[in-house]
Amino acid sequence: MSLLIKGGRVIDPSQGIDDTLDVLVEEGRIKEVGKGLKAPGAEIVDAKGMLVVPGLIDMHVHLRDPGLEYKEDIVSGTRAAAAGGFTSVACMPNTKPVNDNKTVTAYILDKARREGVVNVYPIGAITQGSKGEALAEMGELKEAGCVAVSDDGHPVGNAELMRRALEYARGMGIMVISHAEEKALVGEGVMNEGFTSTELGLKGIPRVAEDIATARDALLAEYTASPLHIAHVSTAGSIQIIREAKARGVRVTCETAPHYFSLTDDSVRGYDTNAKMNPPLREADDVAAVKAGLADGTIDAIATDHAPHHLDEKDIEFNLALNGIVGLETSLSLSLNLVEEGVLDLGTLIGKMSCNPARILGIERGTLKQGAVADITVIDPDREWAVTEEGLASKSKNSPWIGETMKGCAAYTIVGGKVVYKRG
Amino acid sequence: MGFKHKDIIALQDLTGDEIQLLLDTAENMREVNSRDIKKVPTLRGKTIINLFYEASTRTRTSFEIAAKRLSADTVNISTSTSSTTKGETLLDTALNLLAMKPDIIVMRHAISGAHYFLAKRLPCSIVNAGDGAHEHPSQGLLDMLTMRQKFGRLDGLKVAIVGDITHSRVARSNIHGLTKMGASIFLSGPPTMVPPGIERLGNVTVCTDMRDAIADADVVMMLRIQLERQGKTLLPTLKEYSRYYGLNPENLKLAKKDAMVMHPGPINRGVELSSFVADGDQSHILTQVENGVAVRMAMLYHVSGGELPTE
Repeated sequence: MSLLIKGGRVIDPSQGIDDTLDVLVEEGRIKEVGKGLKAPGAEIVDAKGMLVVPGLIDMHVHLRDPGLEYKEDIVSGTRAAAAGGFTSVACMPNTKPVNDNKTVTAYILDKARREGVVNVYPIGAITQGSKGEALAEMGELKEAGCVAVSDDGHPVGNAELMRRALEYARGMGIMVISHAEEKALVGEGVMNEGFTSTELGLKGIPRVAEDIATARDALLAEYTASPLHIAHVSTAGSIQIIREAKARGVRVTCETAPHYFSLTDDSVRGYDTNAKMNPPLREADDVAAVKAGLADGTIDAIATDHAPHHLDEKDIEFNLALNGIVGLETSLSLSLNLVEEGVLDLGTLIGKMSCNPARILGIERGTLKQGAVADITVIDPDREWAVTEEGLASKSKNSPWIGETMKGCAAYTIVGGKVVYKRG
Repeated sequence: MGFKHKDIIALQDLTGDEIQLLLDTAENMREVNSRDIKKVPTLRGKTIINLFYEASTRTRTSFEIAAKRLSADTVNISTSTSSTTKGETLLDTALNLLAMKPDIIVMRHAISGAHYFLAKRLPCSIVNAGDGAHEHPSQGLLDMLTMRQKFGRLDGLKVAIVGDITHSRVARSNIHGLTKMGASIFLSGPPTMVPPGIERLGNVTVCTDMRDAIADADVVMMLRIQLERQGKTLLPTLKEYSRYYGLNPENLKLAKKDAMVMHPGPINRGVELSSFVADGDQSHILTQVENGVAVRMAMLYHVSGGELPTE
């Protein structure tokens, strides 16, 4: 079965392509990218007026499977990914049990293969049970198929343990992803510390809590000569620290999430628990710094930190509500706003949503090169759509954008040459 | 003018005119409280539930007396905040109470914003008796009533508020209320207890040195220091706190000669307030408590939308 995507604007940063072209897919792989391609009998996707890009990759999601399937599972989570234009996701290990051993990794991969609709790349834990006490078996995790290790949700509080994790992971050829947060400074904070927290009388999380942890981990990566990826950067300070580390040649990469360049802590007003996440929404100068970091390449990737939570965990008093929002289905629209605003050009944006995460995770994705696996996202950049609870494929509806209209979305999501999502 | 709010959750949400109306009504209620038979039929047949998730003697008693003097039926429920994390949720508790058809729920809760959460979901009136570090509107109103009685105005007053501003809902309600009524507020406390951006909340000046805040003040309001709440990192000792941020007869002289000394209570004698000051001529602490009943009667009356009590 072959597939011919005709007449779209093909943007593939991995090859420097930006042109109106056809893409021919045969047997699940890219057969050819060129003008006026013909393929008798092929299924035709009319991509006129659309963007045809390497399948989007979200390197930071929570699929909640195993153990927390009431929030999300591999089926619903990968459907949400496909609806958002993602052909691959990397899932964090804070499941129940924690993905700190090959049995859990194998379960995730097996279920994803059988029932998932997009590629799932598990991320294992840095420490056993993500408790921050003893290293997890990173060799076993890598062999089982984990693409990185992270204790996401918690920092590795002990600096010596983080040093050893970086060293040990380097030996195993697996990358550490840091959840950079100095817990002593976070205390009982529930939102960004600033004027808004003062006004609302909510305990604040100072930005320096993220900056200090980012600086510590960047210095440890430098000292141990190990690669490091920093998850969900949200502050001007941490971005500057990463910028300086990169300039010194430290092998550090980082990601931000769409909410950190789309919202400020003003969204918490009204005690809206869908504006509660960790790191918390910051202030206008941080949003500007995130955009500047994306523009100058300090921030390598956009990842959603898709964090589904049940209504019972969100529709409660602010302090008790769990951190996080769903993001897979709104990420592309919010990220396209960056192009509209002139922060990024389309090629750079696609790089941060596909090629760069593939490179950071070391997975053979994020390209439309001949012979590559045919993971392709066809984007309708002008299509307006309404974010509704019923419309979200995710089991959870904890999005601050419910009720809003967005512009730009995935028209087709193609995984291994198969259309897994088509917008109706 | 009428009072259009179903709930009273924050002075930030009220206009200056609405605050004025509440204070004027409270004056009428003071007259009721001075009678031999301190009771009017205004809220007869109304049911008011006092739902207290935090310990309180003064505020809960004051709200209960206020309700009873207006002839409402009252029920008190005191429960610990910890039960919200293990047992019934706040919303479930409230829905169960709602099934018994109360007209007003007066609530104190440790979590800022809990009242907005309930008010959005319940048709009955919600009156805030204190939420986290957010607001304590009845305290703000009774403080303003007490000041207005002495000075005949609020406009132009210089009010110093000293203590743990970060954790104080009393400070926030006073800042919003006093700013709307034309007063200026001077805050002081150790920088560990002054939250960022507080000067943008109203007509606020922050003074590092307490003496600058109380200099020429018409009102010196001292806040309660609670070591159990503030933890160990904000202060070395109560002794040192008292030395630099406590009010005593000596530094009180910096304020205007007839300056009022106020405190939301309960006071820590010898910590934020020396006994000489607490019990001295300038202290209005017990007047505050007295006015609390009148102010709460006014609040309950206005959220019920009733007619003014007749002589």
